[in-house]
Amino acid sequence: MEVEAAAAGVAMEEERELSNRVMCQLKDSEGTPLGAPIFLPESAGPKELQQLVNKLLNNEEKMPYAFYVSDHELVVQLGSYLQKNKVSVEKVITIVYQPQAVFRIRPVTRCSSTIAGHMEAVLSVAFSPDGRQLASGSGDTTVRLWDLSTQTPLFTCKGHKNWVLSIAWSPDGKHLVSGSKAGELICWDPQTGKPSGNPLVGHKKWITGISWEPVHLSAPCRRFVSASKDGDARIWDVTLRKCVICLTGHTLAITCVKWGGDGIIYTGSQDCTIKMWETSQGKLIRELKGHGHWVNSLALSTEYVLRTGAFDHTGKQYSSPEEMKKVALERYNKMKGSAPERLVSGSDDFTMFLWEPAVSKHPKTRMTGHQQLVNHVYFSPDGLWIASASFDKSVKLWNGTTGNFVAAFRGHVGPVYQISWSADSRLLLSGSKDSTLKVWDIRTQKLKQDLPGHADEVFAVDWSPDGEKVASGGKDKVLKLWMG
Amino acid sequence: MPQGDYIELHRKRHGYRHDHFERKRKKEAREVHKRSQIAQKALGIKGKMFAKKRYAEKALMKKTLAMHEESSTRRKVDDDVHDGAIPAYLLDRDETTRAKVLSNTIKQKRKEKAGKWEVPLPKVRPVAEDEMFRVIRSGKRKTKQWKRMITKATFVGPSFTRKPPKYERFIRPSGLRFTKAHVTHPELKCTFNLEIIGVKKNPNGPMYTSLGVMTKGTIIEVNVSELGLVTPAGKVVWGKYAQVTNNPENDGCINAVLLV
Repeated sequence: MEVEAAAAGVAMEEERELSNRVMCQLKDSEGTPLGAPIFLPESAGPKELQQLVNKLLNNEEKMPYAFYVSDHELVVQLGSYLQKNKVSVEKVITIVYQPQAVFRIRPVTRCSSTIAGHMEAVLSVAFSPDGRQLASGSGDTTVRLWDLSTQTPLFTCKGHKNWVLSIAWSPDGKHLVSGSKAGELICWDPQTGKPSGNPLVGHKKWITGISWEPVHLSAPCRRFVSASKDGDARIWDVTLRKCVICLTGHTLAITCVKWGGDGIIYTGSQDCTIKMWETSQGKLIRELKGHGHWVNSLALSTEYVLRTGAFDHTGKQYSSPEEMKKVALERYNKMKGSAPERLVSGSDDFTMFLWEPAVSKHPKTRMTGHQQLVNHVYFSPDGLWIASASFDKSVKLWNGTTGNFVAAFRGHVGPVYQISWSADSRLLLSGSKDSTLKVWDIRTQKLKQDLPGHADEVFAVDWSPDGEKVASGGKDKVLKLWMG
Repeated sequence: MPQGDYIELHRKRHGYRHDHFERKRKKEAREVHKRSQIAQKALGIKGKMFAKKRYAEKALMKKTLAMHEESSTRRKVDDDVHDGAIPAYLLDRDETTRAKVLSNTIKQKRKEKAGKWEVPLPKVRPVAEDEMFRVIRSGKRKTKQWKRMITKATFVGPSFTRKPPKYERFIRPSGLRFTKAHVTHPELKCTFNLEIIGVKKNPNGPMYTSLGVMTKGTIIEVNVSELGLVTPAGKVVWGKYAQVTNNPENDGCINAVLLV
């Protein structure tokens, strides 16, 4: 059989060295075994295992894989790993393999430009899903669009009456919506920088978050949901230019809102609950209780795919909405796999909960360890890791499926405000009150690059989906672009 | 002013006059004109007093009118755009700015250096020397007047030994010596009977501080070990300052409030 042949081939090369052999069972991330248990020589390392997996899966192109033995990554040869950790060779060792992104993002190392333009602090920064455009909202009530090729300002969008607190691109890249402290939302056309119509009014207090409907559910993108301090979330339609549904139910401010891939809206609020809403009629499906204090941030395992829609690292442009929808649906299904969507919520009670909202209303895991409130949680683009930024100056890394703690990244000297992943899930970026950004390597679990340069607190960071650039803005009113 | 209820009794028995309500209404209507007539005609001090009262009434009336109008008029709510924009996740959190924290620490250091403390009774009535001391005549012919007896409450300490009586200038009578004080915790609002460790500062002067005189406003140090307070470092606090709030020589006991 092919399996035996491959294993025998590897084994025969080493026979001369009379190395010990270990019984291993390859399993994928969901637990299904790949082939029968095989004897592997101790000198087998990740490269050989990769070859083996590629062969067993009959992959046409050689995909890179990462291997984990009982949650620790295997970077050295099997033998030395076993010796170090004193794993018994009598039992069958389970090696879990995870596919990694084919492309590799280079870490950003230098600030390519500092673009001034805003009159007040920059409050939010967002790249468009195809990575070609950049928008930023600021305390001087304007939204500015920046040209990435020349690194200069492109458009200044005026129209808001108070600070622009949040901005969101539609997953097809055709619309940009911004919400302000006065409770109004304006939809802009990114090509011209002009508003698409009048401001959308309805909320009574400031907007805390905006999330678009995924493109695989409806293309072209029409609907988005906005959350406000007044405790209700509204679903708006940009073509009708009005609020179609108002989701009321929370007693205190809603701090974050996410539109899930299966058409459910998740809202986290200061009343310590997370509510799930269905989108056709705006009914409450479920309420997830468990936190002891405000829910600050939510993250979905498929969030990155929903944000980028049909675009991926290849940079392909699509002409028709149907095509976009099809490709987006493919990407979404591939990302989701067979497991249900996972949700992680970070709260002021210093803990985070991992939920499987479609399965049960009780949390799957409680992730404790932070010593101050958790401000921002973010799933990695491949859904394997969860990163959390907290006011205790640390960023913690957790396993994306089980919620187990993996590593803590310490280095910041002030509260960490926001984090962002690179598109290949190998690098994590964090921006903090101490005015520095830091890039952390997930594989080595260490600091990769320190990016000082801001004069004051860093409020917003974003990594472009094509991985080339990082944009950051903060209290010093300038927007910095960083490149590899 | 009718005293007694004979008017009501008459009304009950015989009812009102036939034109009573009409006359009442008309009189009240004339009241306004009458008032304005008085205001114009009154002279001298009477006029001035009336004018002052009328002015106060006018100002109050204007205020109430403005208040009523406020609720009925519709104004466009114009929120000014404030400085110091912060993102949504920081909006509901009041974080003290770094500048404020720095200036606060500097101010605290300056105060400590100057010896100025925030106390519940910042100002107290100064006690005169002749009130504090009573002249004691001594000598065979009782002509010498260099001895003084303190007429206020004092604290001497457990290891106090009198100077030889011949050379003692200040006499602290044992009846006016106190060892314990009733100390109130300002937040918990409960009072404890705590031992006095010493007199820290008497606002009337350093001489009184050294003598151990406790008048109203004196800062004393009390033994708080029975309260069970612990510093953030983990050490047990056993002495805290308190300020005397009563006149102990009048009451026979010392009441103080703890300075937290």
